[in-house]
Amino acid sequence: MKTRLFRLAAAVSAAACLSANSQEVKLDRWPTERGTNLEALQSGARTFVNYCLNCHGASLMRWNRLHDIGLDDKQIKANLIFGNQRVTDTMTVAMHPHDAKEWFGKAPPDLSVIVRARNTVEYAGTDYIYTLLRGFYRDRSTLTGWNNVVYPNIAMPNIFWEPQGPREATLTRIEYQDVPPPDGKGAPRQRLVQTISQFDAAGNVVLNRTELDQGEPGFAYGFRPADPKAAAAVDAQVADLVGYLNWMSEPTATFRRQVGVWAIAFLVVFTGVGHWLHAVYWRDVR
Amino acid sequence: MGLHPTQYKGLLGWIDARMPSLMTAFRTHMSEYYAPKNFNVWYFFGSFALVVLVIQFVSGILLAMHYKPDSNLAFWSVEFIMREVNGGWFIRYMHSTGASFFFIVVYLHMFRGLLYGSYRKPRELVWIVGCVIFLALMAESFFGYLLPWGQMSFWGAQVIINLFDSIPLIGRELSTWIRGDFVVGDATLNRFFSFHVVLVPLALAALVVGHIFALHDVGSNNPDGVEIKDHTDASGRPLDGIPFHPYYTVHDLYGLGFFFTAYCAVLFFAPDMGGVFLEGNNFIPADPFQTPTHIAPLWYFTPYYSILRATTSEFMIWVGLGTLFLGVLTYLRVHGGRSRLVVAVFTFAVFVLMTVPQVRLDPKLWGVVLMALSTTIFFALPWLDQSPVKSMRYRPGWHKILVGIFVAAFLVLGYLGINPPTPGRTLVAQLCAACYFGFFLLMPWWSRMGTFKPVPARVTFAVH
Repeated sequence: MKTRLFRLAAAVSAAACLSANSQEVKLDRWPTERGTNLEALQSGARTFVNYCLNCHGASLMRWNRLHDIGLDDKQIKANLIFGNQRVTDTMTVAMHPHDAKEWFGKAPPDLSVIVRARNTVEYAGTDYIYTLLRGFYRDRSTLTGWNNVVYPNIAMPNIFWEPQGPREATLTRIEYQDVPPPDGKGAPRQRLVQTISQFDAAGNVVLNRTELDQGEPGFAYGFRPADPKAAAAVDAQVADLVGYLNWMSEPTATFRRQVGVWAIAFLVVFTGVGHWLHAVYWRDVR
Repeated sequence: MGLHPTQYKGLLGWIDARMPSLMTAFRTHMSEYYAPKNFNVWYFFGSFALVVLVIQFVSGILLAMHYKPDSNLAFWSVEFIMREVNGGWFIRYMHSTGASFFFIVVYLHMFRGLLYGSYRKPRELVWIVGCVIFLALMAESFFGYLLPWGQMSFWGAQVIINLFDSIPLIGRELSTWIRGDFVVGDATLNRFFSFHVVLVPLALAALVVGHIFALHDVGSNNPDGVEIKDHTDASGRPLDGIPFHPYYTVHDLYGLGFFFTAYCAVLFFAPDMGGVFLEGNNFIPADPFQTPTHIAPLWYFTPYYSILRATTSEFMIWVGLGTLFLGVLTYLRVHGGRSRLVVAVFTFAVFVLMTVPQVRLDPKLWGVVLMALSTTIFFALPWLDQSPVKSMRYRPGWHKILVGIFVAAFLVLGYLGINPPTPGRTLVAQLCAACYFGFFLLMPWWSRMGTFKPVPARVTFAVH
């Protein structure tokens, strides 16, 4: 184990690079204006409670913190809390982690800080989750019957399958592979291989074509929904949900920025006074 | 009876009559400490560093009131501070932003020393104590980074402690002894907490006092690198010196306005700094069974981490040749048969242990050695630098270019350390590592070459 750990740290972790590259999909931009719109945040909270909170908990989030996005205790109790939880409780789920592990292969992660957890130097956690939740397609080869363009072989099924309606998917992957020479003689050679896979709405592979030496390494995908209007409505719903998740990751963020404006304003004055004091004292230094 | 004669009135007089050392210390270090009047912006960073130290102490004490050093509770207690403790988010961001600013400020402070030769005689001890502070600061930061108990905390600590494994014979036992377990666990968390809040802060405080005492005994250097004590008035006060208090206290107060503006801009508007100051992965609780795809230390360690990663087995032949080259240069430089013999034998032994396949030591171990050398080589600067003048101002233009290359190499190494390696990046890191070590180890030769400008007798100063 130790050698493995060390290799990760000190040497070129080739495996890590490969898996990161093969998943490298261009993320859609989450519409950031949803993050500051109270109505959108409330709609996101509703979606969160209805769709996510059955399997995922948010154990750091108290129900009454929703005051900050304009909901009062009565609304929270009447519309959001199922069962006999109180508004001072945190958003926990009844599902036992042990059962969860048995059903999905791994316990669904707590979502309290999930957006911050998905932040990297290269992309924002909001963009990642926005693309992930809209990136499901039917694939009969997996356990749940669902697969994902951002997170291949994800254990989570598509929670929005019903409102979204059936979708066909086309995946195009271009990567370097060892290819044996055409005449079958000699050693295999590294060549660019383009693989196009098409899945119908039931998850059957209807096309799987490979071509050599085409395009640039990368991964692209496209969906063809049966009902484009319904699919667009789900896109908007997911945008609101991501807004809520983003808010929940750091509920004090808005207040933090407000305090920041005052802090900077004070410091400008402080620096001005400092400048004057400095000038007065240093007048006699020649 | 028994009271000391005092010049002060009231409460201060009462105290001074009984404990004159208090006001003596104030006079020695503040009101009658004469600092050169020509300090420029580079001279702000020392007092900034002191201010950040105070910020870290105060915010750290407040954090410790709510933090739980327990592997089951630590992660959640940090988020508890962020959400449920009044103003907890502010305290936590003060501490996390402060950690990064500490290193920014200290790096700039050290660079100032390099620029104006502040480590040169008679200030070697000031510099050495400063280097010890730098090492203590790295230890403090390393111990502290485990405490949030996120994925990066856990795996970062795991990787760094495992470096001790590469030490021959005792390595494995040593790393187990450090962790207190076979993997990073509760025992590790508790001892790191103890080091982070008791041992290292105490050492840091003592070292900072030592740093200032050592400085005030010899007096500050200045951008011209001339000794202000060489020109004094009848009463022995330096002609180009001004009392630290009130002149530099108001001067630094003004500078602090700029410092706090930058600090608060990050604290309030970008505490994550795009995933550099607070890494996304660290918002996932530590999981010993799930290795993150990419493990990187925090940004201020990445230059050294890059050097560690760049030391591959293919690179060792170049490191060996570099050692040989340096050995030959040193051989020609030293006098006396015995010194030359020592240099020759040492160089040959190191070269063999680096390159000859049958006997060479593990490249991993050399990586650790080079990383350790890269953080401690600063100690040798007072003796590596052989330039006839202290300040960069009066050195040949191409010396400044060399310093520029060194800074660029340091920054590139830092950038590469944040990102996952590729063969191309590793090659760049190896080049930069060569520049980094070349800058220091060849300094005894290059620093005395070129045409130097005449150094003025007195400091150059323009009235503000």
